[in-house]
Amino acid sequence: MNTFYWQIKREFWENRGGFMWAPIVTGVVFLILNVMTIIAAEVMRARHGIQIGGNNFRELIEKASSGDLLQVGAALDTTMLSSMALLSFVLTFVVFFYCLGALYDDRRDRSVLFWKSLPLSNTSTVLSKVVSAVVVAPAIAVLVGIAVGLLQLLIFALVLSFHGINLWELLTLAHPLRAVASLLSSIPVYALWAAPAVGWLLLCSAWARSKPFLWAVAAPVVAGLMVTWFDIMGVFNLPATWFWSNIVARLLLSVFPGSHIAMDPHSLHHISSADLGDVHNPLALISPTQTYAVLASPNLWIGVAAAVAMIAGAIWFRRVRDDS
Amino acid sequence: MNAIVSASGLRKHYKNTTALDNVDFRIESGRIVGLIGPNGAGKTTALKAILGLTDFEGKLDVLGFDPRTQRDRLMEQVCFIADVAVLPRWIRVREAIDFVANVHPRFNRAKCEAFLARTKLTPNQRVKQMSKGMIVQLHLALVMAIDARLLVLDEPTLGLDILYRKQFYQNLLEDYFDENKTIIVTTHQVEEIEHILTDLMFIRDGKIVLNTDMDAVGERFAEVMVGADKADAARRMNPLDERQVFGKSIFLFDGADRATLEAMGEVRRPSVSDLFVATMKGTYA
Repeated sequence: MNTFYWQIKREFWENRGGFMWAPIVTGVVFLILNVMTIIAAEVMRARHGIQIGGNNFRELIEKASSGDLLQVGAALDTTMLSSMALLSFVLTFVVFFYCLGALYDDRRDRSVLFWKSLPLSNTSTVLSKVVSAVVVAPAIAVLVGIAVGLLQLLIFALVLSFHGINLWELLTLAHPLRAVASLLSSIPVYALWAAPAVGWLLLCSAWARSKPFLWAVAAPVVAGLMVTWFDIMGVFNLPATWFWSNIVARLLLSVFPGSHIAMDPHSLHHISSADLGDVHNPLALISPTQTYAVLASPNLWIGVAAAVAMIAGAIWFRRVRDDS
Repeated sequence: MNAIVSASGLRKHYKNTTALDNVDFRIESGRIVGLIGPNGAGKTTALKAILGLTDFEGKLDVLGFDPRTQRDRLMEQVCFIADVAVLPRWIRVREAIDFVANVHPRFNRAKCEAFLARTKLTPNQRVKQMSKGMIVQLHLALVMAIDARLLVLDEPTLGLDILYRKQFYQNLLEDYFDENKTIIVTTHQVEEIEHILTDLMFIRDGKIVLNTDMDAVGERFAEVMVGADKADAARRMNPLDERQVFGKSIFLFDGADRATLEAMGEVRRPSVSDLFVATMKGTYA
């Protein structure tokens, strides 16, 4: 187990740039842009004497109904989560390309000869890469997202407090703890949902003698086009839409956090009946009850089963492929 | 004597070439074996088979393990340096030591650090900032700190300058090798390892064409410098090779009668490189 920990650490060392610095830099840039926007807005206001809020904000809050207050809270929650949305994009690219290179790059630069000269099994090597992709990278992104979100919430609340609104009153309208809990609890679901894409990309990475990206993307897309063509021709009664959304998208796009909401009809159904309709609170979308509803979906578990098979394939190819 | 490596009927085919053609050999403990052959003769394939890095047909036993399926356990006892540039370029000296120390049960950290203290390497240095010679120093430091029974070196000094090359083999002999260890080395710079080898294996077109220990080389092969008057007599004795130096002929004989040779001229033990050239004549023709 100790060896496995060091193998994970090794992955982190090699991919510090993608796993840690990419989300941190994104978050910092995001915060800076926000502060710049706020400053620009304040300067514009001072210059043109436009009253955006001012004492009116104070009155607004005082006169607001409970429903309106919920809206304000939702707006603050949205602010807090907006950085996470951006970080999700970054995470998608990081995990996608990490998996494609994980079992290929060391064969290309021949350092596989060094790694294979150590008493580590191919199984633990491949599994350390799986865990890095579905747990380590997302966990770091979520932690950075939480930090950036809280900072941003604080910045916004501070700015509003300059306009006569009580800082603590505002902060109590938002739900930072609920947001943090929701984000953290989404990591295991992400791991399960992203597994088939991670498995497929690792399989291509272990198998390809060159250009793993091309194989990983071209193989499912070409297969999808074939299915569509047969569908249009009406030769076999192949369900093209089903194939694109359940095979192609699952193999390539599942690494996008929250993609199950779009891909799995099971999840969508839950959302429409959730409190989203009333309040438009983004937290409803990522609440644990919402996120974990996907565990009831066969789509998820079939994906996990496929992932296990593909990871087994990756382990096998890791053994037979060498640096040539 | 216990065999460290024993191979019988070892075969490996690539698409249109035969890399190993029914090879049999045994390597005993406490030997330094030079595996020498022209480019493409199958040296690297043989080493890869021993290390479990490639599939093969036939029977191969390394320290009691089957390298194909038990590579991870085998690697506790076997170390491997494949030419110079196989350390990952992103890794730092400190990280490399930490990693090996924590995943290798037979790694001695103090020994590794003591060795590195004699070099210019610093803990935060990355492999990509090092010269080839420094990379080999780091790799050698890692490997020498592992108490392994078999060390496999595949062109370990390729592209290094002469200072690093000399130092490499000197370190290996002085600080690493003992009777419990076995070293298999391939190289094209035969002269450099000639004096440290105990055994010699020539491989050509996937076959072992010579497998002997160095003492037997001196008994079996002889080089005679013969004046022009006796050259014809020497040629009749089927020499392996003949070359001309300063108007005299140097003949290389395999298993010729010592007394007869001594009557013809000055007899010497041939160098491994001359023996190699004579044995491999016509390889690329």
